[in-house]
Amino acid sequence: MRPIRFIPDDTKFQFMRFARIGYALSGFCMIASLVLFFTVGLNYGIDFKGGTLLEIQTKGPADLGNLRRTLSGLELGEVEVQGLGTPNQVMIRIGQQETEQATQESISKVRGALGADVTYNRTEIVGPKVSSELAQVGTISVLVAVVAILIYVWFRFEWQFAIGAVAALIHDVVLTIGLFCVLGLQFNLSIIAAILTIVGYSLNDTVVVFDRIRENLRKYKSMRLIDLIDSSLNSTLSRTVLTAATTFIAMMSLFLFGGEVIRGFTFAMLWGVIVGTYSSIYVATPILLLVGVKRDWSSVTDKAKVAVNNGNASKAKSATMP
Amino acid sequence: MYFARWKIIAIFAVILLGVITALPNLLPADVRERMPAWLPSKTMNLGLDLQGGSQVLLEVDRADLVSQLTNQLMGDIRQVLRDERIGYTGLGRSGTQVSLRIRNSADVEKAITNIQELAQPVSTGLFADGTAVNSADVTRDGDRIIVNFTDAGLTARINRAVQQSIEIVRRRVDALGTTEPSISRQGADRIEVQVPGLQDPSRLKELLATTAKLQFRLLCEEQPQSATPSSAPVGCDLLYSTDEPKVPYFVQTSSRSTVEGEDLTDSQPGFDQQGGEPIVSFRFNQRGAQRFGELTQRNVGRPFAIVLDNEVISAPRINEAILGGTGQISGNFTVEEANDLAIVLRSGALPAKLQIVQESSVGPSLGADSVRAGMIASIVAVVAVVIFMVIGYGLFGVFANIALIANLILLFGILSLLQATLTLPGIAGIVLTIGMAVDANVLIYERIREEQRLGRTPVAALNAGFDRALATIMDSNVTSLIAALVLFGMGSGPIRGFAITLALGIVTSMFTAFTLTRLIISWWFSRARPKAIPL
Repeated sequence: MRPIRFIPDDTKFQFMRFARIGYALSGFCMIASLVLFFTVGLNYGIDFKGGTLLEIQTKGPADLGNLRRTLSGLELGEVEVQGLGTPNQVMIRIGQQETEQATQESISKVRGALGADVTYNRTEIVGPKVSSELAQVGTISVLVAVVAILIYVWFRFEWQFAIGAVAALIHDVVLTIGLFCVLGLQFNLSIIAAILTIVGYSLNDTVVVFDRIRENLRKYKSMRLIDLIDSSLNSTLSRTVLTAATTFIAMMSLFLFGGEVIRGFTFAMLWGVIVGTYSSIYVATPILLLVGVKRDWSSVTDKAKVAVNNGNASKAKSATMP
Repeated sequence: MYFARWKIIAIFAVILLGVITALPNLLPADVRERMPAWLPSKTMNLGLDLQGGSQVLLEVDRADLVSQLTNQLMGDIRQVLRDERIGYTGLGRSGTQVSLRIRNSADVEKAITNIQELAQPVSTGLFADGTAVNSADVTRDGDRIIVNFTDAGLTARINRAVQQSIEIVRRRVDALGTTEPSISRQGADRIEVQVPGLQDPSRLKELLATTAKLQFRLLCEEQPQSATPSSAPVGCDLLYSTDEPKVPYFVQTSSRSTVEGEDLTDSQPGFDQQGGEPIVSFRFNQRGAQRFGELTQRNVGRPFAIVLDNEVISAPRINEAILGGTGQISGNFTVEEANDLAIVLRSGALPAKLQIVQESSVGPSLGADSVRAGMIASIVAVVAVVIFMVIGYGLFGVFANIALIANLILLFGILSLLQATLTLPGIAGIVLTIGMAVDANVLIYERIREEQRLGRTPVAALNAGFDRALATIMDSNVTSLIAALVLFGMGSGPIRGFAITLALGIVTSMFTAFTLTRLIISWWFSRARPKAIPL
């Protein structure tokens, strides 16, 4: 059985010819995302806003209007009632109360008002103290990840690569936030987790391309940088597409079958695979063209040789004994 | 493509270990129990979001603790100065500070010496040599003395209060009789309580929110005339009952008219012998029994109040002296209330109020739904990726798929061995691993293809493919690992589960892609001896 080639060998796409369009597109999307973030804003979930989330199951089909009236009668501030797929499942969101104490009291009020015929599938209560902390921790963790990755890429490659990688990361994070602003999806702690994973995935992709560029920089000392980048992208293209495809497939199955609770998370991941793949080609790499790269890798190559020799200690035998 | 024998053995030993440790997850519980003891029988821990249960995050109320400490300090200063016969005025507090004015300026030095002794050093417990810090600074301003709690002193007190609270919370939760509750410290001043299987945490919350400071105090002669008295007479406190509507009581404040509940040794729920209504019986230690005996003996015929956390539970009349050190509290309890009161009295008073800052509970049916959804998603993901890899790489795709399955087995094995908690986001991490695990194989195969196109012999192409892809795989995986580690460091429960499975998945996939696939390919190669690699 012959494998099917999804991407033909020896593709010669001139990716960097479209670099300008890439800058424009990425730049526009990023600015649009930032504008949306500061005007429309994110639809923060209770992790960050504080408040209460209840998923209830009623005996018969739920009367949403009636529920809404009952709950707004309790004067708890912002109350949101929403169906959840099946007719007898309802999600209730209650805005943050002033104090931890008031939050506790609001819950008993709601339970009292809903009566005994209701099953509580899920309850989440985040007090005002914790919510502000979670928002802080979430922001800090994304920053820490970006800085840690910046340092790693800087050590393993060169500062130009690190700039490219981090530009791609910021691009991915900003665009994900933009998408959540546009669609008004709940932005909670699991979305932060998704963003961090996107950061990891996108970088994974970028590093593979960078690795090849670095290798080619050593091999073809006089090739024009733009051609060298195009050739590197082409030779890694098959891998890029295949890995993006398997990851996308896996995430799609989680999105379709994984249930309501993590749908937001998997949605962000699906988006992350797309945007991460795009950014490693059209954000991270063109930056190298902009800032230029060091072409003399001789000292680095020496180090690399030592490493390769060490790595090949066991392979010395292998050539004779396949 | 040569493999030393010990390497082959090592690879299979690792995979076998993975199978053995992962296997218990597939076996029903009764089979697991009958297995010989030397076989691992640990299964993955399901998080509360998967098995259903409640989680509550408690925070030691710093303000409450500080106000207790300053109150105590004021009482101690009053006592010391009275003993030393030093006149003072204006003893008061603001925030973490207590100040007073000494009447006779000649006494100030003496007063400071005495007060300084009160600011006893507390051990911080941070260093092995037990470095101690002063819990308070004493400063002089003319004839004014200012006592300020130090930050280090307060931190040490809070630390101690948290440790003490954890013990008390543990005893209270254990007494609920639920299975395997987990109580752990979170950060500086928080305690996380997880109770699997508990669907409605309201009773748990009530148990935990009670400080359980029990007192027996005599009532004042004068009792309130209206339901909302404005103030209490001198020497009396105004307290309310727990009933609805609340009944006000004037209760004596002097220590001579009070017996503290800290001398309780035991308390049990029971039923009143005459009326049959639920009661809580208690027993004092010797000191408590003596004081309780004296108080009741001196005041036969007078009412006294049983006060829990500054609320009057009941106010019975003392019919006779209670000398044996045992007694009972009645107060229109339900059986459950009596039981809970007995629990909180038995486990002692919390050093400070605990505030509930976060809670979540998941019903068992939703948990089961999530497990099912996660399993379906995982299976679909595996099948889709397997098919995709076979289409894309043919026979080599099959090799990659074997490595993928081995990878998953290893992942489950390690999760069971570490007793890591599997959460719904954790399942998402596994699914993501499924998608990304083949990446290493893809990188290797693409390299082999390229090398072959450059005209290398099959052996050279295979070797070059593996060797050249190694650095790339390392670099790209380390970046994912960094992201996973940061996620883990964020430390929020379910998301930690995601970080664990993702990080482990990355590590195991590097192992299987690199060693197992290589081994399989080398075996296949030595048998098939192909003229070209079918990629």
